[in-house]
Amino acid sequence: MIRDITLGQYYPAESILHKMDPRVKLVGTLAFIISLFLFDNVYGYVVATIFLVMTIKVSKVPFSFMIKGLKAIVILMLITVIFNLFLTPGDALVSFWKFTITKQGLRTAVFMMIRLTYLIIGSSIMTLVTTPNNLTDGMEKLMNPLRLIKVPVHEVAMMMSIALSFIPILLEETDKIMKAQMARGADFESGNLINKAKSLVPLLVPLFVSAFRRANDLAMAMEARCYRGGEGRTKMKPLIYHKRDFVAYIVILIYFVGVIMVNYI
Amino acid sequence: MSIIIDHVSYIYSKGNAYENKAISDINLKIEDGEFIGLIGHTGSGKSTLIQHLNGLLKATGGKIYYNGEDIYDNDYNMKKLRSKVGLVFQYPEHQLFEIDVFQDVCFGPKNLGLSKKEVELRAYTALKQVGLADEYFYQSPFDLSGGEKRRAAIAGVLAMQPEVLVLDEPTAGLDPKGCEEILELIVQLRKDTNITVILVSHSMEEVAKYVDRIIVMNQGGIAYDDTPGKVFMNYRELEQIGLSAPQVTYVMNKLHDRGMPVRTTALTVEEAKEEILRVYGRHF
Repeated sequence: MIRDITLGQYYPAESILHKMDPRVKLVGTLAFIISLFLFDNVYGYVVATIFLVMTIKVSKVPFSFMIKGLKAIVILMLITVIFNLFLTPGDALVSFWKFTITKQGLRTAVFMMIRLTYLIIGSSIMTLVTTPNNLTDGMEKLMNPLRLIKVPVHEVAMMMSIALSFIPILLEETDKIMKAQMARGADFESGNLINKAKSLVPLLVPLFVSAFRRANDLAMAMEARCYRGGEGRTKMKPLIYHKRDFVAYIVILIYFVGVIMVNYI
Repeated sequence: MSIIIDHVSYIYSKGNAYENKAISDINLKIEDGEFIGLIGHTGSGKSTLIQHLNGLLKATGGKIYYNGEDIYDNDYNMKKLRSKVGLVFQYPEHQLFEIDVFQDVCFGPKNLGLSKKEVELRAYTALKQVGLADEYFYQSPFDLSGGEKRRAAIAGVLAMQPEVLVLDEPTAGLDPKGCEEILELIVQLRKDTNITVILVSHSMEEVAKYVDRIIVMNQGGIAYDDTPGKVFMNYRELEQIGLSAPQVTYVMNKLHDRGMPVRTTALTVEEAKEEILRVYGRHF
């Protein structure tokens, strides 16, 4: 039941993208997403498509995994497309009953759909080729400069990686508690919304108690090993740029500039 | 009461990359009033098997009959099965959640839809069966000691008044006195109600001392299914599959190898003592 939830969607493989520094991947994904909203002609989409397709090829992740994320926003996309198709004013293309599809509407709808699709695929790629802990390391390093204005960067990153490690542990605990209560006749499935909410109490209370207990134990374990916060703390696997990371930054820069230039064609 | 397990198999995450055959082709018959010990190395399939007994897991192959009825029949009432086969998980105190101990024990019978009076009667009886004094009833379950919490959790299952009680390592994490209390509790329960008990354990001594029949699991299948005496005679084979025999068995076998004509079937320290005295008695 609960075992089937795969979290973080990391797909292990041996590709350049997998080995790349997470900071490059974060910056690249951000750049890509921003770029999607910077152009408004066909050539721009062609450039973006080339970039995306090449990234997919290099990642060695099966295409089927990339479009998994699209399932979640199918409804949103449908609504966006329909609204843009029928409600955009302009030169009519097709007209039936009271509804008119305009040329501008078609254009906007298609572009919007492509934008959303590329956005989802782009971010999916990032989580598919980077482990969650790697991602938080990258974010911590990138946000380091914020420490100068007293932002608790290290503490936030530590909280995130602890939370990530505990997700599978707590999921397993939930499964155990659910089974134990079901063995006492608890029913989590039938009944109206109110009944279902009430039936969550015997699940949530023990779960919270367990989570607090674990947090307490973890805190003590960390202190027993001399953890005192981020000051002067070194990493076992420090993030160091390699040549491939610099090449990637250059590629991203070229792409970004290219996408902007395309607007002037 | 009888449970028949017929060619039962269970595969986790079937069809997935993580597919794992936990138990395969299990055939067992459990009769009324038996006291069975279920032992096996970690990962041998014990926990998977016992979760089939109350329908928490549905076998991917084979059938299970409770009192002659096929539990996978469309009309079968699974909830009723859960009230007849009580399953106490490992570290059952983790399931406690109510405002006070009494309310928590009432949870089970309440789920059965019984009248308030019946619910409270069952809860009271169950708490007495586990030996918890009245003053604990209205305390928060989180204020009890480890052993007391465990007994309260067991009471929570007993309040369902099951015909079969399955306990997954009920003595895990308890000190020797705590272990003994829980096991004596089970013995007393059997005396009073003739309930069928299946005890999953990692302690050979525990199992040797209390049960009538031992089922040994190994890598998803049943290796041995016999009386403790007969099962532990295979102590060398048991070692190969990650188990052992009670310490007493090793002692008796060593004595026998060195020439003392003792029978090696003693399973408890008491029996060993009697046997050694018997042999010495003859030589006096």
